[in-house]
Amino acid sequence: MKDVNLKVISNKQIAKNTYESVLEGDVSHITAPGQFVNIKLEGKFLRRPISICAVEDNRLTLIYKVVGAGTEQMAEAAAGTVWQTLTGLGNGYDLTKSGDKPLLIGGGAGVPPMFELCKRLVKEGKAPVVILGFNTKDEVFYENEFKALGADVVVCTADGSYGTQGFVTTPMETVDYTYFYTCGPEPMLKAVFKASKTSGQLSFEERMGCGFGACMGCSCKTITGYKRICKEGPVMEKEEILWEK
Amino acid sequence: MNTKVKLCGIEMSNPIIPASGTFGFGYEFAELYDINILGTFSFKGTTKDKRFGNPTPRIAECERGMINSVGLQNPGVEDVIKNELPKLKTCFSKPVMANVSGFSVDEYVYTCEKLDKESQIGWFEVNVSCPNVHGGGMSFGTSPEAAAEVTAAVKKVTTKPVIVKLSPNVTDIVSIAKACEAAGADGISLINTLLGMRIDLKSRKPVVANKMGGFSGPAIKPVALRMVYQVYDAVKIPIVGGGGISTAEDVIEMMLAGATAVEVGAANLVDPFACKNIIEDLPRVMEKYRIENLTDIIGGAH
Repeated sequence: MKDVNLKVISNKQIAKNTYESVLEGDVSHITAPGQFVNIKLEGKFLRRPISICAVEDNRLTLIYKVVGAGTEQMAEAAAGTVWQTLTGLGNGYDLTKSGDKPLLIGGGAGVPPMFELCKRLVKEGKAPVVILGFNTKDEVFYENEFKALGADVVVCTADGSYGTQGFVTTPMETVDYTYFYTCGPEPMLKAVFKASKTSGQLSFEERMGCGFGACMGCSCKTITGYKRICKEGPVMEKEEILWEK
Repeated sequence: MNTKVKLCGIEMSNPIIPASGTFGFGYEFAELYDINILGTFSFKGTTKDKRFGNPTPRIAECERGMINSVGLQNPGVEDVIKNELPKLKTCFSKPVMANVSGFSVDEYVYTCEKLDKESQIGWFEVNVSCPNVHGGGMSFGTSPEAAAEVTAAVKKVTTKPVIVKLSPNVTDIVSIAKACEAAGADGISLINTLLGMRIDLKSRKPVVANKMGGFSGPAIKPVALRMVYQVYDAVKIPIVGGGGISTAEDVIEMMLAGATAVEVGAANLVDPFACKNIIEDLPRVMEKYRIENLTDIIGGAH
């Protein structure tokens, strides 16, 4: 973990309510896909935790949905704006378990962490299959970017306005895979958990206080004990998950 | 310039104390900087039994602050002694403040009696003010009789100084502080969080699952200052003042109100280096306000 100043290089809307910010600075403490950063915004007390979409040298790409005043402020930030950012938070995905043909399932705002993961798996010579789920056509993003990495990509929308009609679990039925990685809203995670035929890793979300393990705000119960989503998570192994809600 | 203070007979190199619940058991912050620069810190509120706390979400943002409804998540006193204190020993060589909570007088007594044998512990901070648990915590801190009962019972089984942490969610903080002093308390710590809430406009429901939670952050500083000021006038024992502290100037202000040592809470969650920055900035601010010895200004506003 390191607290650094990151400069906004570009900031653009890429889908409905969805923005891509490219930041520049010391991102050397980011060690794994699935980790997140926590951004201090002018006038906001708590930082905003955002998952990592891509990291390369001294550049960091974040994709986020505007859901409230904080993300709205982020979306409006002009190039040159500096964000004080805690980097390298959370455990991230473990790539060593992927097997040759891992399945990556991203839903909505859970798509971004799949991108850096896919990039690294391809680099390791794996053949990832990617399923991207959205509510509707206007919300679809990064289909071509995933394809450009060399992955097999299936896009589905809940209303059928683009790609395959239905939820991510529909294409899951017909794909062969060695392991799965997923991130998305909790109902989707639960459905993927149930539909999955192999072991895998799921990334969870929770309202956080600090983002680095101090406040216990984001704790959850697992089979192996209490865990902090921000510190021992956000990525959990399928075998340790306890569904409570 | 001298930043030393003495709290209940124990000297501290400076008055800065990360508040309980914002600093864990210290060792995670020790990965970021040498935590021996702190005056001390108050470790995560410990109870007799292991607790998960309240359901999530249990954090909400506010203007100039935040709400938490964690509800005393901790591994229980046995585990604290067996696992947390040995881990802390590897990175912190000063006496630590043991924050203790309970759901009955017997539980406070049980936990304090166990911890009293631990040489790493310098002080007890007996929390009678957690707003996030029912049938315990704050209910002991909202009546002078109950606060005095806990204080007297804990004093009987401990050899270390006992500082009682009070709730601001009361009509007369002075009477409670005086009752604790009369029951043998060695110090008073205030304030814990203010009971508050936020409501989400989209769902039209409270943001935190427990509906209400403890409000902390810079917004509560004036309330904390006022209560420290009032209690300083009424008791002879030292006061640990806290509530919204995030700068060295805030520390000076709190000491002028009457605090001997100063707790920093919510600020740690926004900036993990908050206490380090405050400690490093203290000499500059002391010079600016022509303060030679920090102890000289305790209660200086009276």
